[in-house]
Amino acid sequence: MTVLYALVGAAIVGCAIFMILSRNLVRMLLGLSLLATGANLLLFIAGRIRTDQAPIIKEGAKVLEDAADPVVQALILTAIVIGFALTIIMGVLVLRAWRTQATVDARKLESAEAMGAARARDGADE
Amino acid sequence: MSDTLLLIAPLMIPFLGAASALLLRSRPAAATAIGLIAAALTAAVSTALLLRIFQSGPPAMSVFGGWPHGFGVSFSATLPGAALVFITGLVALAAAIYALGDIGPRRRRAGYDALMLAMIGAVNGAFLTEDLFNLYVWFELALLSALGLLTLDRRAAQIDGAIRYAAFAMLAATFILLGVGMVYGLTGTLHIGAAASALAKAPPSFASATAAALLLGGLMLKSGLVPFHLWLPASYHTAPITVAAVFAGLLTKMGFFALLIVLGGVFGIGSGGVGAAQLVPLLGAFAAATMLICVTGALAQTDMRRMLAYHVIAQVGYMMAALALATRDGLAAAVFYMIHSIVVQANLFFGAGLIRRACGSWDLTRTGGVVRKEPLLALLLAVPILSLAGIPPFSGFWAKLIVIRESFSAGMAWLGAVAILAGLLTIISMANFWSDACWRQARTPMRRVPRSGLAAMALLSITTLMIGVAPQWLLSIARMSARMIGDAS
Repeated sequence: MTVLYALVGAAIVGCAIFMILSRNLVRMLLGLSLLATGANLLLFIAGRIRTDQAPIIKEGAKVLEDAADPVVQALILTAIVIGFALTIIMGVLVLRAWRTQATVDARKLESAEAMGAARARDGADE
Repeated sequence: MSDTLLLIAPLMIPFLGAASALLLRSRPAAATAIGLIAAALTAAVSTALLLRIFQSGPPAMSVFGGWPHGFGVSFSATLPGAALVFITGLVALAAAIYALGDIGPRRRRAGYDALMLAMIGAVNGAFLTEDLFNLYVWFELALLSALGLLTLDRRAAQIDGAIRYAAFAMLAATFILLGVGMVYGLTGTLHIGAAASALAKAPPSFASATAAALLLGGLMLKSGLVPFHLWLPASYHTAPITVAAVFAGLLTKMGFFALLIVLGGVFGIGSGGVGAAQLVPLLGAFAAATMLICVTGALAQTDMRRMLAYHVIAQVGYMMAALALATRDGLAAAVFYMIHSIVVQANLFFGAGLIRRACGSWDLTRTGGVVRKEPLLALLLAVPILSLAGIPPFSGFWAKLIVIRESFSAGMAWLGAVAILAGLLTIISMANFWSDACWRQARTPMRRVPRSGLAAMALLSITTLMIGVAPQWLLSIARMSARMIGDAS
């Protein structure tokens, strides 16, 4: 079960990285979002898949019996929120690029590269 | 109680300031005042925190939410974190002063003050936390505010740079998250010290190597090390110069700090830990490639901001070289280099901004005349230039000397030789910078530079000079830091 789960997580991460490498910014955005999902799945296995018991100490008991790990679930919840926020920000940036430059092709977005490109040192006044 | 307050003050003050600046951003004068006051208070409390550590040995520690130690998210003011918080406060104050003459009402209405304070708070959080997942959260928060700062003017080039920056940084953050998750799976804890002692007992395994590799990849991306360096010179030059200076000073160093804590602390590199031993030979190669490629990149640029952006990463290469030695003294050298470098990099960007103000161009082929028309600027700029070039008695000389000496004594002479070669190329690049911007005849009528900018540069130049004249105190901080990083394991 754990191995299958890990392989599924790895496959999602692999697909996500393939999409991030695309020149199409929308595909890259989807890839980043998918990558966060894959990471969350893998984070989930880090807490081991043991039982579906909630981590609540039973009435009268002193110690917690075998239970699911609550820490990874808290981590995943936090990571989902952060991943969502970053995806939105990235979406805003891509949308802005589309609106101002009418392209989502990373090759055609080169105004940052053009800014401050190296010039020849002419040395005319030396 | 007062210790706890002092410990969280370097976070709370910027965040409270950010919240109030956000509410008042339609009144630029009020936002400016909040930005300046919050930065000054942060600098004051971070100084108090550092002094507190020196006066009464045991560092302050606090666990949020009243959890027992090891369960909740805990903060502690150990070294090098507290020293870096001190330097961050200094850079934040200098940036707030510099912004008086550089960031206008339009940028303040766009939220400059709130975003800058949030970023300072996030950087301080990363330096003080003891929890690996919390470290990841601070990275994300710093990234969010950095993206806002980068696109402050909403120009096409800024959106373009921000897309590249965001894509790389999100990728890096996900790898950090995966690495943190694997460390948790291995050790059952997120506390840096507890994870380190759990890993120290176990022999190195496939899982520990994978966790270390994921964290190394993600954090190398964050610190801009070769082969993951391309995002930095593609984005930093598009930001407003005050923002670029703070990025150059703090963000890559935040990445390297985490690298130091993870590799040196959690995996015990430099203190006999074996969890990531198989990665150590690679570190030297990354460091050497970073130093050489990025200095060469800097030599090819004529735009001041792009040239300095390449130098930012080249300097991280030196820190990586110190870490790659895998010795206790190497860790100390990395900490010394990091603290020196934060001040110098921010100051160089400040200087570039003032040269642009005086000469009307970012391009070194169009600048000149600073020595004759603005002798004070030339004097203040000479300090970081000479320091970056590694000329004695400035701080960069000691930093480079320690790294190179340690690499020879750790038996990695080739790395020391590469560091010397990269140092020579840095001198050439800085000589070009100085002669083109300062020495040469002015090409255009010069304009006056704002006094606030000179004041900010003076603050940082004096710090650099103090490190240069009396490196002993910083060296002792660095040695204590290396011991504390190592003791985590």
